[in-house]
Amino acid sequence: MALRIGCGSAWWGDRISPAKMLAEKGNLDYLCFETMAEATISAAQVKKRADPSFPGYDTWLDDRLEAALPACLKNKTKIISNQGWINPDGAAERVVYWLRKLGKKGITVASVNGSLISDRVLAITDRVTETGKPTSTLAESLVSAEVYLGAKPIVESLHAGAEIVITGRVADPTLFAAPMMFEFGWDESDIERLGQGYGIGHLLECGAQVTGGYFIDPGFKDVKNPWDLGLPIAEVESDGSAIITKLEGTGGVVDERTVKEQLLYEVHDPSNYITPDVVVDFSQVDIESAGENRIRVSNIRGKPKTDSLKVSLGCKEGYIGEDMFFYAGEGALNRAKIAKKILEERFKIVELKAEEIRIDLLGLNAIHGAMTPAEIDAPYEVAVRVAARTKTRDEALKVGREVDGMAVSGVGMTGKRVPHQERVREIIGVYSSLVNREVISPSVNFFKS
Amino acid sequence: MIAVKLKHLAHCRSGDKGNTSNIAVIAYSPELFGPLKDQLTAEKFKDWYRGVVNGDVTRYMVEKISALNFVCENALGGGVSRSLCLDNYGKSLSSRILSYPIEVDTSLISSLINYPSQTK
Repeated sequence: MALRIGCGSAWWGDRISPAKMLAEKGNLDYLCFETMAEATISAAQVKKRADPSFPGYDTWLDDRLEAALPACLKNKTKIISNQGWINPDGAAERVVYWLRKLGKKGITVASVNGSLISDRVLAITDRVTETGKPTSTLAESLVSAEVYLGAKPIVESLHAGAEIVITGRVADPTLFAAPMMFEFGWDESDIERLGQGYGIGHLLECGAQVTGGYFIDPGFKDVKNPWDLGLPIAEVESDGSAIITKLEGTGGVVDERTVKEQLLYEVHDPSNYITPDVVVDFSQVDIESAGENRIRVSNIRGKPKTDSLKVSLGCKEGYIGEDMFFYAGEGALNRAKIAKKILEERFKIVELKAEEIRIDLLGLNAIHGAMTPAEIDAPYEVAVRVAARTKTRDEALKVGREVDGMAVSGVGMTGKRVPHQERVREIIGVYSSLVNREVISPSVNFFKS
Repeated sequence: MIAVKLKHLAHCRSGDKGNTSNIAVIAYSPELFGPLKDQLTAEKFKDWYRGVVNGDVTRYMVEKISALNFVCENALGGGVSRSLCLDNYGKSLSSRILSYPIEVDTSLISSLINYPSQTK
């Protein structure tokens, strides 16, 4: 029997109802939730400092549990999730709260700790990957540092009888590879299978991105019922090869194109995709149809793991202030250009101290910037979108204040919105480094409902 | 030989890591991969993204799936969290390559995807 592993979320903001459907109807052995982006841990640390009542785990934890937990319990589906963020113990305790609420006693929940290394990161790392400078140069601005853990503590948790495992930072595909290692008894030296399993995990980790999400291009790549994309399921064989499919009866598509696009998503050298437990080699991969919305993926290879683990360092780097306003109809572009000029002059008058200012004409060249073809016709509607990166919050606030001024002191026929969100946000710059894996020791705590 | 836009030969997806964007260009079929891999060099790719990709471009090829993966450094305005670009993840960057002109042998026209001469 193939092992059925589903992906319940691809990031923090992912939709929740598809996960409920997957838990109810996916006939899953494991449901895995991936909820982090590069800056999630650091942002959580900042949030915690500002608001001590923030528990430090996925802010959607309750909603995801409420949606998926009853069906997972009923169907004996185990859950592996990185919703622990900076407080895996707290998240595990919250899971126990939900289990009791559902009347389920005696279920083991594990929390995986040991990823947070903020207090010693400067002592155990050497260089910043992006800049080549010593990590100690980040000492002043450092908010948080975490290491990307591998599958071992999750596998240990499963061996100890955990049915729900909540982690802090682990590599994203690890969430999916760990249950394969546990169920099939692969050990750490079994690099061929680990490579295959991690490769399949990589295909699952972004949820609907392999089932027709982030894919549609009308006329070229059309997708059925894209408002109802099914989440992916891998039917994994003991050698690690798998069928990638999706929940039956849902919209979306799984075909060679969606799988190939996702295979290379956020991959640099396809022959050397580095994970904590194996270096994945996609170069010989076979991707072939095995029926409607069923793609067989095999021949992903593995190479021995590296001596080091990846470290992420989040640093405070000031603020971004931003806002936008609009023009439409005859002469819209001309008015937008004058408005841009007015803002540029206003920023001089109010002495805006910014490291970078960017004023784009959305509808013309805001997204592709300098590479936008010159011969484009004037658009019917244009938004002027302005952003500046500053050292202080007060400077960043000037951006929105100057856009306010565009209401009665600006150009004719200016469309303005009441700001519906904060116009200043704090920047958490993310750097990376490497740490010798020998100095990292993850630990597991167990909780019982 | 005729020049057609790359969109008729291949599809694409971009991903982000820090200040690096990777843009995968995947031929719809192995026969369409030939002209793609011959013509779309890292150098030409970088030139097509001039003004946005400010660092090195490395091209990786996965022949088995008819794919090229372009890893573009210094391409995300300093990095996802620092970028002042509205699309700070660079999710829409891959679409730029769809208009790149590729010379194809006329015998391949019937293999092109959604090519105007095929529609009545």
